[in-house]
Order: sequence, then C-alpha cells, then structure tokens
Amino acid sequence: MTRYARLLATAVAIACLPTLAQAQDKVLQLYSWANYVPPDLLKRFEAETGIKVNVDVYDSNDTMLAKLQAGGGGYDIVVPTNSILGTMIKTGLLQKVDASKLGNFANVDKPFDKPDVDPNRDYSVPYMWGSTGFTYDSAKVPGGKLNESWKEFFEPRPELAGKIAALGDQGEMFTAAALYLGIDTCTEKPEDAQKILDLLLKQKPDIKIYSSTGTIDRVAAGEVAMHQQWNGAAYRARLKLPTAVFVYPAEGMNLWGDNFAVPKGAKNVENAKVFMNWMMDPKNAGEASNFSGYNNAIKGSDKFMKPEMASDPAINPPEAMKARFRPVKDCSLKNRELRDGVWTRLRR
Amino acid sequence: MKADRNLFRFPGTATIAALGLAFLYLPILTLLILSFNENDLITIWTGFSTRWYQAVFTNSDMLAAARNSLIVAATATILGTAAATAATLGVARARAAWKAAVEGLLGLPILVPEIVTAVAMLLLFVFVGFELGLLTVIVAHTVFCIPFAYYPIRARLAGLDPALSEAAADLYADPARRFLRIELPLLAPGIMAGAMLAFISSLGDFVITYFVAGPGATTLPVYIFGMIRIGITPEVNALSAVMLLISILLITAAFLLGRYSDKQSNKGKTS
Amino acid sequence: MKTSWRGLAPTAPAAIFLLAFMVGPLLLMLYVSTLERGAFGGVVWDSHSFVAYEKLVFERDLIGRLSLNPDYLTIFGRSFQLAAITTLVTLAIGIPTALFMTMLPPRQSALLLFLVTVPFWTNLLVRNFAWILLLRNGGPIDGFLGWLGVTSGPIDVLYTPLATGIGLAYSFLPFMILPIFVAMERIDRRLIEAAFDLGANRLRVLTRVVLPLAMPGIVAGSVLVFVPCLGAYVSPELLGGAKSMMIGNLIQAQFGASRNWPFGAALAMVLLVILLMGLGLLSLSGRRRKVA
Repeated sequence: MTRYARLLATAVAIACLPTLAQAQDKVLQLYSWANYVPPDLLKRFEAETGIKVNVDVYDSNDTMLAKLQAGGGGYDIVVPTNSILGTMIKTGLLQKVDASKLGNFANVDKPFDKPDVDPNRDYSVPYMWGSTGFTYDSAKVPGGKLNESWKEFFEPRPELAGKIAALGDQGEMFTAAALYLGIDTCTEKPEDAQKILDLLLKQKPDIKIYSSTGTIDRVAAGEVAMHQQWNGAAYRARLKLPTAVFVYPAEGMNLWGDNFAVPKGAKNVENAKVFMNWMMDPKNAGEASNFSGYNNAIKGSDKFMKPEMASDPAINPPEAMKARFRPVKDCSLKNRELRDGVWTRLRR
Repeated sequence: MKADRNLFRFPGTATIAALGLAFLYLPILTLLILSFNENDLITIWTGFSTRWYQAVFTNSDMLAAARNSLIVAATATILGTAAATAATLGVARARAAWKAAVEGLLGLPILVPEIVTAVAMLLLFVFVGFELGLLTVIVAHTVFCIPFAYYPIRARLAGLDPALSEAAADLYADPARRFLRIELPLLAPGIMAGAMLAFISSLGDFVITYFVAGPGATTLPVYIFGMIRIGITPEVNALSAVMLLISILLITAAFLLGRYSDKQSNKGKTS
Repeated sequence: MKTSWRGLAPTAPAAIFLLAFMVGPLLLMLYVSTLERGAFGGVVWDSHSFVAYEKLVFERDLIGRLSLNPDYLTIFGRSFQLAAITTLVTLAIGIPTALFMTMLPPRQSALLLFLVTVPFWTNLLVRNFAWILLLRNGGPIDGFLGWLGVTSGPIDVLYTPLATGIGLAYSFLPFMILPIFVAMERIDRRLIEAAFDLGANRLRVLTRVVLPLAMPGIVAGSVLVFVPCLGAYVSPELLGGAKSMMIGNLIQAQFGASRNWPFGAALAMVLLVILLMGLGLLSLSGRRRKVA
C-alpha cells in the first residue's frame, strides 16, 4: 500500500505544479452552463481586453440558486434565466451594475431591454433567448402534419399514444398546460391547479418519458414521435432529422431568456461590466448564437449568424409566431406550492 | 498450494463471473465505439472520426476539470483510506457500545442523501468562514471516502485471526511493529479494495462537489452535468476513453511494480 | 479480545473528522428542518416551524383542514422496493463472481479486482447514455435478441422500471463484489478442507461454510448497494422515464425547483432514522449469529 501511496503522492504533486504557477492578473470568474459561452469567443475576449475568463459550471438554474442562497460564491458573472433572475434580485443575491448605461446597451432588441423581472436593467443584460414548444416527426404523424396547438401534445392522436416525451421541468409543464387551458400561469387558485393536474394525468399514459436531458438525441433517433422541446434543441434536431417540425402553439408558449448578472461579493466587478458590454456587440452575440444554437437579443447580429440558423423558423420566427410568446413571470410562493403539488401528484 | 484454489471451484461461478464482466464492459465498449462517432449526437452513429479526441485536448476547461477530479480523488482516497484503516483497527479492540457508536458515525455519509450532505456542508463552511475552493472539495470527499474504504477493510478484519496479533505481542513485538508486519499485510486486500471504492466514488461525485467547490474547482462530473443545457457531445465519450486508458496504464504499472517487488522480497526469503 | 481505551485511539482521526464535517453539517440540517421556508427558497433563519414534518404525512386544504397524504409514503415505499431488488440482483451476480475471483491465484484476483472497478472511471451520465443506446428499441440488444429468435417484437425495455434496475445494478455492482471478495479470500482453507473431509458435498460446503464465513462481506456489500440506491436519481430519470418519483428525485427537487429546504431536510432526517434503525437491528442480529 505504501508503494501506491508514494506513486499517487508524486502524481498529485506533479499535477499541482501548474496551478501554483498561475499568476492572477486581470481575471473574470464566469459561472454558467458548460459550453454555453463559446470557448473561442472567450479567447478572443482575452485577446481584445486582456482579461482572462475562468469558467465554472452548473447544471441548472435551481442548483445555482440553491448554492448562492446557501452562501456559496466567489463568482463574477452568473447566467440566470429570467425567472431565477427575478428571484435573485428580490433576495438580494445580485448587485446593481447599471447595465442599461453600458455603451452597447443600445443594441439590445425589444422586448429584452425592459423585462418584467428587471425593468430598468439595473442588474443584468440579455444573452440568449428561447421558447418552448414541441417538435414532431412529420414522417410519423397521420397526414404528415399536426395542428399548431398544444392540443396535439396534451390530447394526442391515438397513433401517437406512448410515443410522446415531455420536458422534466415542473415549470415548463405547468406553464404549457396553463396556457392551453387558458389559465393564468401565476394562478393561486387550487381549482386551477386541479384542472391542470387532471389534464396532465390524462396525458400521462401517453408519455414515454419526462426528461429535459438528451432531447435532441431522442427526437433524432426516433425514440419518440413528439417531444416538448426548446427551440434551439429543435433546430439542432432538425439538422439530424430533416422531417422534424417545430411548432409554435397558438394558445401561447413560454418565452425565456438567459442573462448575465453580477452576484454580490464578486471580486472583479469592473471586468464583469467590460464582459457584459462586450457580449452586447452584434458580432460577438452572433458568434455565441452560432455556437449555442439559440438566438440572441442583440440587433444586427443576424449578419453574423450561420445562414441555416438565420433562416430556420425555429430560431428566427416570423412576426406572427412571435405574438405567441408569453415571457416567463416570477410567481408567488402560493403559486409555487401549487406547482409542487401538481408535479408530485403527477409523478408519484 | 494449487489444491487450495480447487476448493473454491464451484460449478457455474466461472460462467456467471464471465457474464458479470461482460455486463460491466458492454457499455464501455459502446462508449468507446461512439467516441469515434462523426456527428455530435451521443447515441447515434453516422461515421468514423477522431474529432472528439481533438476536441478534448483543446478544451482547456474540460482538461482542467479532469485534472481537478484526479487530484481530489487521489488525495481524498489516501486520507480516507488511511483514516478508515486506523479506525478499523481501533474498532476491533473496542467495547460493543463504543463499536456501535463509531460504526454509526462512520456510516453516516452513506446513509444521508447526497443533496442534503452537500447543502449542509456548504452551510457549515459558510458558517465557520472556510473559503470555498479545491480544499473544501477535498475535505468533503474525504468525508465519504472514509466509509467507502471502511466497509471492505472491516469485512476483511472480521476474518482475521486475533491469535496472530497476540502471538506477535507475546514475542515482544510493540504495537507499531505488530501493525506493520502482521495486521497491515493481512488487511492489504481489504485496504486495496477500500481504496478502489473510495477512488471511484470520489471520481464520480457530482452533487457534493458542486455545492462545496469554489471558483476554479470544477471537477469532471460537475462539468459534464453542466453540459446538459446545450447538449452532451461525444467529447465526453472520448474523454472517458482517455481516462480508461490512464486507469489501465496505472493498473499495469502497479501490476508490474508488484511483481518486481515480489521478486525483490523473494530474493531474501529463506523458506 | 482485550478492550482498552488505548485501543480506541486509532479511530480518532476518522471519528473527529466525521464529527466535524458530517455530524456538524447534519445538525445544521436538522435545525433547517425546523425553520420556515424562505419565500424564494432558502430558509428564514430566525423563524421556527414544524410544517415540514407535518407535510410528510398530512396536507392542508384551502381552509386549513388536515388530511392524510400518502404521496410521500408511496414514494418511500417504491424506492425501498427498487433498492431491495437492485441489492438482490447484485448479490446474485456478485457472490458467484467473488467466488470465482477467490479461486484465482493472488496476482490474477488482484487484477480482476481492478478490472471490476475500471468501468467506473467513466462518468455516471456517460454510462447511462450508453445504456440508453443499448436498451432502446432498434438498438443492439433488441437486434441481437430478435436475430436469436428470442423476441418477436421490439423489446420495450427502455423507460421502464426494468431499465432503471439494470442501470442501478450496473452502477453498484463493484460495491457488492469487492467487499464479498475480500471477506471470502480470508476464509481459512482448512475449514473448507475439513468440511469436504467430513463428507459434505459442494452445495453443503457452500451454504454451511463459505457463505456464513463470508457474511460480513455480504452484509457490507448489501449496505453499500441498498442505501445509496435509495438516494439515486440519475438512473431513474434517464432510464426509467421519470414517470415515478423516487426519494432521490423528491429530496433533490426540494433543494431545486420546489425551493422547500425544510421539507427536504425533514425527508432526509426521517430517511436517516429509518436506515439507522434498520442497521441497528442488523448488527444486533449479527452479534447473536456470530461464528466462532
């Protein structure tokens, strides 16, 4: 055992050397999903501004929030989605950076310049945005076409029974069901929650899996004929499976956006502001979109986006479709408890 | 000595063992094949390509995460296994009540769901002002490495003949000598197994690491889980293949070292 | 065996470390379970409430009336069932494999020991995705079984509890094999020889000598498989279709989307108590059945 100990100890010592040698000059600690901000873009940022970006990673908004609420920190930029952004502002986890006064802010497209959760953009700037609809394989549906309605998803045709997948996200399911039924997504009435639960329970036998992971694979491999999906994932699924079609349901669909914000306790606030400003440049935003597969909130960036992205209706919807967007709202505790109750009863 | 081994020759074990190993390596083979997949979907094959291996070696975030994982796993395994070995020997000599208390304590990290341990540890670190970083990850990992190492060593000790240790004591060997020459060699397979389990638990841990890691302390599982948003690419398969290769190289090295040291110690034997 | 205070000294490093970094955090968590949940997650540190514990079995309707809520009990029951099955499956594979390893020469059995753990240098997500590929309709296993003529239609295994079981058994197999192996390897050969000399056949030797002597390893392995299985959440989600919640998903959600930390803490405390009682019973019965 001692022999192994010596071997391992030497390996550890050698591995530690590079970290010791690192000098900390101009640095930015970015906390985000992996591969969300393209590594090449970060390298260009470093070349142009001299600030080195270190990336740490989280897997969901909720775990990021939980960690920050428990007191974990040390990051300069986080990437919260709108609903979480609202929560973080209300609970004092972010600091004001007067983002709307940054140079490139003029480039921000509507409605992302005045979101419900941060109306004056004191705390954040937008990054990517997306919507949640559903994708179906036109080769597998009767008649090759489905109606642009949540009905096809919640009350599927018999041929599609058992071949449907939903997102494993209680927020997304609740919102979609509420929009379909014409209920306010922030409802606090138990009767409304019951209606939503009834709808979801009726749908459950036709659902193969509730999962937000690996949706692109699932669609492209033909495991399911229909999948509730984010538009960016739908775009990439269509690249693999040309018969895939993304639907903008007429009753309304969730519109979410990711944002850059600065947590309290950040050590490099000025560098963070430089970063936020830089990311609002159309060229940089366009490059980020190409990499992540989602559209961005910056005017003029479509010049820099890949043509197949700019022309895909999932990414660049026509005005008529945009009318179906329902931006995410941060609802009350009562609403959250109702959502929990619905989700637990659905999945028990 | 060959006769010894035949005593354990029960019919069917070879078959089941072979099936067991096949079961263990089937997904490994799958991911190895997929690591050469040409497109970016992790479960659909379209053609042969080494682009993912290239991607791994140019992805500095991923490599940094892998390095962190190995550092943490190695350190936590060493510390945890050492503490567990000592604890096993102490418990063996203890009264029943003490034994129950210590074993209950040692078992806690396994009994508590990881998310709870994770948040609880973070709360503690914040409360006492222990700044988050790679060190907090190492501390947290050592906590669960101890029980994972402990159980196999304990199972090994249960079969240990106490007469051997007592005989050595009768022959005027002090506790340190008894430990090094009698107990440690006899426990060695248990310690090895314990270290292995501790190591793979540490390598694979996501939740606890996530919550107690400071900036720059992202480990590989945390990184891979973080890819969920955009999509997990076969880069991950390629990286897994590389880590498998590293582990096989380490094992081969250990194997050869072991054989070499055996030859050395055999040189001095008189039996 | 002499018992003495000095004998306890070696446990000190592990004990102190765990007291500080495990018991400490757990006490904090216990405290959290008695607090009021924060409106947006987290807790209100100076406001106490036992609502979390009440929520385990009861729920309040609009007027505030209490009624029995079996949801969480169902989830607990289902998780225990799945964990038990996984433990049995890993036992079925693990015991023969450990036996096989024991009959190899020491160098080869050490090699096999390593080989059993090498697959777990890969990541959990990666392993699960590999199983998705293997188990899906139209995948290699489906094709193979169809070609053999064993099945006539698609196997429909993926996104069922069976798939979850396979995934879990896969993830925990080394935790079963290793402890059993180290216990078996220590068995005094002379005992087995004696049994054979006394006319016992192979089956009797196995059940009357080998297995009882390997019991510490079997118990250790079973604990190392059963308990973490209860808290598992990745395999049930990716392989099982996530149509039924397990304890792992439930508690995870409390610190995630549900933002109800006190409830998550309460669930964990209850689980802990159940498991400690179970282990206590196990060790008591073990002491009575001790082999000389």
